[in-house]
Amino acid sequence: MSRVRVCHLYPKELNIYADRGNIAVLKRRLEWRGHHIEVHECGLGESLPLDADFYYLGGGQDRDQLLVAADLATVKGDHLRSVVADGAVMLAVCGGYQLAGHGYTGVNGVRMPGIGILDADTVAGSTRLIGDVAIDIDIEGRQLTVVGFENHAGRTHVGSGSVPLGTVRYGHGNNDSDHTEGARTGRAIGTYLHGPLLPKNPDFADLLLEWALAHATGITCELAPLDDEIETSAHDAALARRGSRPS
Amino acid sequence: MALCGRSIVCLTAPRGNVARLPLAFAVACARAVGTLSRRLGKGGGTSAPGRVLLGVRPGAVGELAARLPDGTVMVSATNGKTTTSRLLGSCITAKGWSTVANSAGANLFFGVATALLDPGIISGTTTFGVFEVDEFALPSVVDQVAPRVLLLMNVFRDQLDRYGELESILDSWAQMISRLPTTTTLVLNADDPAIAALDDGRHPVVWFGLDDPSVASAQMAHAADSTRCRRCAHDLGYAWSTVGHMGEWACPQCGAHRPSRDVSATRVELLGVGAVRLEMRTPQGSISTQVALPGLHNAYNVVAATAAALALGVEPEIIGAALAQADAAFGRAERVEIDGKSLVLLLAKNPAGANVTIQTVQLDPAPLHLLVSLNDRTADGRDVSWIWDVDYEMLLPRIAHLTVTGDRAYELALRFVYAGFPRERIQIELGAEAALDSALDALEGDGVLYVLPTYTAMLELRSILVNRGALRAYWEHV
Repeated sequence: MSRVRVCHLYPKELNIYADRGNIAVLKRRLEWRGHHIEVHECGLGESLPLDADFYYLGGGQDRDQLLVAADLATVKGDHLRSVVADGAVMLAVCGGYQLAGHGYTGVNGVRMPGIGILDADTVAGSTRLIGDVAIDIDIEGRQLTVVGFENHAGRTHVGSGSVPLGTVRYGHGNNDSDHTEGARTGRAIGTYLHGPLLPKNPDFADLLLEWALAHATGITCELAPLDDEIETSAHDAALARRGSRPS
Repeated sequence: MALCGRSIVCLTAPRGNVARLPLAFAVACARAVGTLSRRLGKGGGTSAPGRVLLGVRPGAVGELAARLPDGTVMVSATNGKTTTSRLLGSCITAKGWSTVANSAGANLFFGVATALLDPGIISGTTTFGVFEVDEFALPSVVDQVAPRVLLLMNVFRDQLDRYGELESILDSWAQMISRLPTTTTLVLNADDPAIAALDDGRHPVVWFGLDDPSVASAQMAHAADSTRCRRCAHDLGYAWSTVGHMGEWACPQCGAHRPSRDVSATRVELLGVGAVRLEMRTPQGSISTQVALPGLHNAYNVVAATAAALALGVEPEIIGAALAQADAAFGRAERVEIDGKSLVLLLAKNPAGANVTIQTVQLDPAPLHLLVSLNDRTADGRDVSWIWDVDYEMLLPRIAHLTVTGDRAYELALRFVYAGFPRERIQIELGAEAALDSALDALEGDGVLYVLPTYTAMLELRSILVNRGALRAYWEHV
């Protein structure tokens, strides 16, 4: 039995796409396997706890995202870069993904600086990219299809310092043109998929949890299987509605 | 007339060589479309006739509304539009004005246009209009028809995939108000800081709110949206909160605070899942009334309707009596008897609305039988993320039987699983008919089945109940 520490960043500002659903999945799937989890919420102005195994950054409205960008630049950015470089897991969704990259130039031309953990840059387009989305992911020899919903004005391009998280099966992805979605450097992941992401993608959730456990214990192990019948049904139903087959 | 008003009309109205038909003839043509729609079984024809009307006579909405000698009232909000318009309509009818209303809930531009096809407008017998208007469509409607009273009740997150962001609604409303003639009276919710910020100092304002901390909580619900000061962006402080981010608020930094209420519920009693009793203080005297609608959100609807009715010159005694006679709008706390069993339809289409619904069903002391349905069609919002912002956790210890259904039944089931409800106790039924039967079968004794559907899921379940003879169709529900 191990103890995993999760740091939920800016839960008050970045919570618009059901980010608390992702946190609930991390918690339950560890607890069902007998592990302990501590979730620490870290808001504007508060210094970053350095001992977490998993850092979570969600999505917010423009107004709140601006406040967070300023706080990351002045209070937490350096520390977050260093804990992630040391192997902690980071999952950044939607607005959080944009800020985990180099930055976001909004519809009004205003530039929000990012923290550059991911080599990705985002510029707003004239339309929002909205709808169901599925991507194929290949990480550490595991092939997964991940389903979700996207809603973003930003067009993100991934540089050579990161790899795209996946390729788009249907939906828009990073920029609606190069068929990539998300970005990854080591255990740091950014993605536009919400809905939320983790409940109906249990294999992906477990991959992240295995990384977090490896960071907590120094030992790499595979998690015991769970009864995922409803999770799998939700996942497969999302694909089936778009005429896509589970892989 | 503002550009955005025109764009909605022009984008969808047919172009070409259509001559401008005389108003009365244009109305007759459009009405014929509605009759045909119902006869062909295509629904209530609550929007298509308006589309035809504007095709043959683009300025018809403004022209028809101008023929209402007592003017119009418009109601907008994320939650409570239909119920409040219904309550307000009862007060105004009781005053003796002959009203036209879009009471079937068709609240986009064409829905309002369709309601204006009322034959009494052309003949001169209808004198007043009560319109609920969708948050997004509101500026385009108001730009064509400046209402005598504009009632704005609340803004919560809802259907983000359609609207982009809450801020854009609030910005468009602020711009709309800046264009509005100062003859329009604003009726605003003092308890919602985002609504309070809409007062531009140019229009007469009637403020309403709840002032009974005994029904409030010291804690903010998870779905609270607007907890930053609109003026200086500092965190707002709350002495207490009622529904979502509404309550007794103040900004500790710049001093902005809840405006003092002209119409205030000084005492609120929640009488189970059946009714609320309110004592209201108003400039025209106090009003005591009991309304057959449950929950704190309905207390807001009652106070909002009262404030708007007073602004229109309806007397307090008439308001109190009319409210006591009012009943539920379709699908909103609507009680249905079927095969000797009772169910209550409680529309729950966004986090704030679903949370008050959850508080309301908990007023029933019996173990709870629930049927929850989640669709993701356009009218529901395609993004179902919002269910994770609903505090279903509060219900879990009270649930006797849970059935989930809808287009996204599995994801709804996962919401309960990750809330901590045992997965083997969740009955998943993909079809609405099967779900309804299974939920009713599980009901024992004189228990009540609480049905919490999204908008299209509510229409779907309602049409099953209509087919079984337990209800009337929504466009006949007046």
